[in-house]
Amino acid sequence: MDFTSFLIQLLNALQYGLLLFLVASGLTLVFGIMGIINLAHGSFYMLGAYLAFVLTSLTGNLLLTIALGVPLAFAFGALLEWLLFAHLYKRNHLEQVLLTYGLILIFEELRSLAVGDDVHGVAIPALFSASIPLSDNLSYPVYRIVISVVCLALAVGLYFLIQRTRLGMMIRAGSHDRDMVQALGIDIDSLYRVVFALGVALAALAGMLAAPISSVYPGMGSSVLIISFVIVVIGGIGSVWGALVAALVIGFADTFGKVLLPDLAGLMVYLVMAAVLLWRPEGIFRKG
Amino acid sequence: MKQAQQHRRSVMRAVVGLAMGALIPMGAAQAADKVKVGLMLPATGTYAALGSAITNGFKLYVEEQGGKLAGAEIEYAAVDDESDPSKATENANRLVVRDRVDALVGTVHSGVALAMARVAKSRDTLFIVPNAGADDLTGSLCSPNLFRTSFTNWQPAYAMGKAAIERGHKTAVTLTWNYAAGQEAVKGFNQAFTEGGGKVLKDLALPFPNVEFQSYLTEIAALKPDAVYVFFAGGGAAKFVRDYAGAGLKASVPLYSSGFLTDGTLEAMGGAGEGLITALHYADGLEVPRDKTFRTAYAAKFGTQPDVYAVQGYDAAQLLHAGLKAVGGDVKKKAEMRKAMREASIDSPRGAFTLSAAHNPVQDIYLRKAEGKVNKVTGIAAKALADPATGCKM
Amino acid sequence: MNSRLATLFKLLALAALVAFPLVGSEFYTELVAKILILGIFAMSLDLLVGFTGLVSFGHAAYFGVAAYAVALLTPADNPALLWIALPLAVLGAALTALVIGVFVLRTKGIYFIMVTLAFAQMAYYVFHDTKFGGGSDGIYLDFKPSAAIGGFTPFDLAEPLHLYYFIVVALVAVYAFLTLVLRSPFGRVLVGIRSNEHRMQSLGYATFRYKLAAFTLAGALAGLAGFLYAVLFGFVTPEYLSWHKSGDVLLMVILGGMGNLVGAIAGAFALVGLQEMFSDWTKHWQLLMGGVIVAAVLFLPGGLAAMPGRLMNRIKGATHHG
Repeated sequence: MDFTSFLIQLLNALQYGLLLFLVASGLTLVFGIMGIINLAHGSFYMLGAYLAFVLTSLTGNLLLTIALGVPLAFAFGALLEWLLFAHLYKRNHLEQVLLTYGLILIFEELRSLAVGDDVHGVAIPALFSASIPLSDNLSYPVYRIVISVVCLALAVGLYFLIQRTRLGMMIRAGSHDRDMVQALGIDIDSLYRVVFALGVALAALAGMLAAPISSVYPGMGSSVLIISFVIVVIGGIGSVWGALVAALVIGFADTFGKVLLPDLAGLMVYLVMAAVLLWRPEGIFRKG
Repeated sequence: MKQAQQHRRSVMRAVVGLAMGALIPMGAAQAADKVKVGLMLPATGTYAALGSAITNGFKLYVEEQGGKLAGAEIEYAAVDDESDPSKATENANRLVVRDRVDALVGTVHSGVALAMARVAKSRDTLFIVPNAGADDLTGSLCSPNLFRTSFTNWQPAYAMGKAAIERGHKTAVTLTWNYAAGQEAVKGFNQAFTEGGGKVLKDLALPFPNVEFQSYLTEIAALKPDAVYVFFAGGGAAKFVRDYAGAGLKASVPLYSSGFLTDGTLEAMGGAGEGLITALHYADGLEVPRDKTFRTAYAAKFGTQPDVYAVQGYDAAQLLHAGLKAVGGDVKKKAEMRKAMREASIDSPRGAFTLSAAHNPVQDIYLRKAEGKVNKVTGIAAKALADPATGCKM
Repeated sequence: MNSRLATLFKLLALAALVAFPLVGSEFYTELVAKILILGIFAMSLDLLVGFTGLVSFGHAAYFGVAAYAVALLTPADNPALLWIALPLAVLGAALTALVIGVFVLRTKGIYFIMVTLAFAQMAYYVFHDTKFGGGSDGIYLDFKPSAAIGGFTPFDLAEPLHLYYFIVVALVAVYAFLTLVLRSPFGRVLVGIRSNEHRMQSLGYATFRYKLAAFTLAGALAGLAGFLYAVLFGFVTPEYLSWHKSGDVLLMVILGGMGNLVGAIAGAFALVGLQEMFSDWTKHWQLLMGGVIVAAVLFLPGGLAAMPGRLMNRIKGATHHG
């Protein structure tokens, strides 16, 4: 591999990793702060992508779609928490796993009933539809750079939200001791609702952003779910920073794995995970 | 005490479950002038549209004949195979063993079709494949009861290889998923390309159904081939073409593929697929009289234009008819029926075709260009192309 | 009195299973055979989940390894020998469980669930992406293993009836074996670990070793189920190791009631029965299935096995007040 190709592959790895981070960030947030395993996380990603498809067909503008879609997803997340997840906090992990597994099936079929099983595309916004030439026959779509920038901005934003704001402080406190926070007069129910809705919105946003480059098709949630889990396992449950590091590691392992060790490409991610777990069974940046 | 209660009740539940199982009615016996066709196709999942197109095509033909083929009334039983090979044997048994169909028709996914082939063979049930392109079905697994009205993965790929040479390309790189369909297609392309004096620089493959293509696109650019041949279908195809165009490769390195890349996916590509050259045994704008009447009838009945899958389903019904004609509707006369089917000439919307000794269509492969939402025929890539049927001992 | 009644019912159920092929059609006999194999699979997981308190979300890995083992051990033109293939397949599954167990048993609680899932995915990709097992298309088992010993062949697994009874015998054997294990001192330690691991450790038990032994044993029995499944359907695909399969078997254990071996079998019947029923009604049967799962978790915390108990309590409560 020559140097130019290496640089380009580096760019590919970075962009892939950042997008994975965006998807996994919602999972680790909900997981770490609320202690809930949510297998339906991939379905929220799919929801975002399909929302992008439907709304863009109506409005013709992806940016407008995102502006509308994120609040919609947030509201949906809040509703879902109020209806179902609020009952899960006292239940054990097994029940959470199973209930959210059931939800995956329900969401998939509802999607099939509502929008059908066809493959759809979403147009890249005209503003970002150019490509930057990198070599004499290869160029790089501007939109992918935009996605990377947005993901990075969100990572910084999340960090600030959790570490530097009052809301973030309440969230962190609530994850350590739910009852004490409640005793201090903070409405923990609303707090958890907000966090869950945020998790859903992040996953949906990832789906919306990725829709123009990934296409919109049935089953797109499953592949993203497993990789999100691996990222959370490697990064440490509840650590947003860990999710970022892990997502980048995976982005690199996957991209360079495909080029250097094509036969092991699919396994690469899991080999990395096994190696990390040998060293740190609870992830690199485990909480506490 | 409670433990014993729990034990007892769960045991009772098991007994009740069993009893219910035993009461479920068994398959009905066959009346002499009826032919039961078992359709095992995807009704859900990514291939659902293909499944319904095949069903539509098949039923359209039967309806055009008045619901009877050679005097025998056609009855249908259907199972949704969910394109899931792990349930395929069970699902096939549902039709062949439980419902005792006279003819098994299906399916889209090759893995499922391979399981169906084994079930059909063990019961010597007539099995018509209206899509699955696994070379083995009319290769090492060829069998007197197995017929196909679609293609082998090898056929359109080989034709594309021929066309690539004719267009003056000397070097190529291939890319596909690491599964049988992709590998068989690449083999076909490579065979034709190297036979014509070309050189295949590298064969790239990514795990199925991974759709992160960026690193491969970068590699392709670095290799600087004259042409690229890919095999993708469905959602992956749409994403690939978008990524290929987005990376500027569409302008610098011509892309070729078997027609599945652009069938039904052009809209999802959002224009990125415009002008793509592919090879397939069907296209839009064919000057075949049967195609024109077929398209009109199909559009009138289903409100949408037919595609290659609908044609394959339509032809499956035609093939069945050819067999039934020879035995006057008596489906029990298996040997004569199969002989007639083997020797049939099908007046298909794709153009007339016959079957090879291994029961696969010997057909023209068209060269097509993507224009708007359709793939317009621009020529013939290979005339009367027969699959080599490697490993078939019939 | 009650335990004698329970035994009577169990024997009746067994008799029903033995008699079934004589009344049921060939297709339904195969369906019941499949359910019985899944019952073995569910019992093996119940050992971990219900009795030891280890929620494994990757149990299908051992099921799949054994299934692939028998397919790979079968030569192209001849059947494999049952008395060699079966032990080897089960051993393969046990070894896989042992190796994975060493990794995953270092974690607890939520982490344990996630890493079992992740390792099972790794096993899935080994079979899915490499040429080792025929890749994503899977491989066929064209000849069912032959039961020949010396020149004598006691039964022929290619005969559906023989295979059915072989499976019934396997089910009963696994049930009896697990019942004995659970009654033994080893089994009691496992239950103690589920209830309070720290207490067991302070009593001097090396809990890691017990958990690893349980994990390996459960893996071996899952392997037995996988072997039988491959023989029954003659086809093995990487999907046998998928997390969907792990989720399904977990569901069976929950539906039937954890910590109850017959419950595990009942759960298998319930899950497959529901799947069959729902797919007959609509192609969107997964919607109904999902609904049942959600409802079961929310409203039936003890699974089916607890239902009669709760019903009895309700009735007793009503008569009390009445």
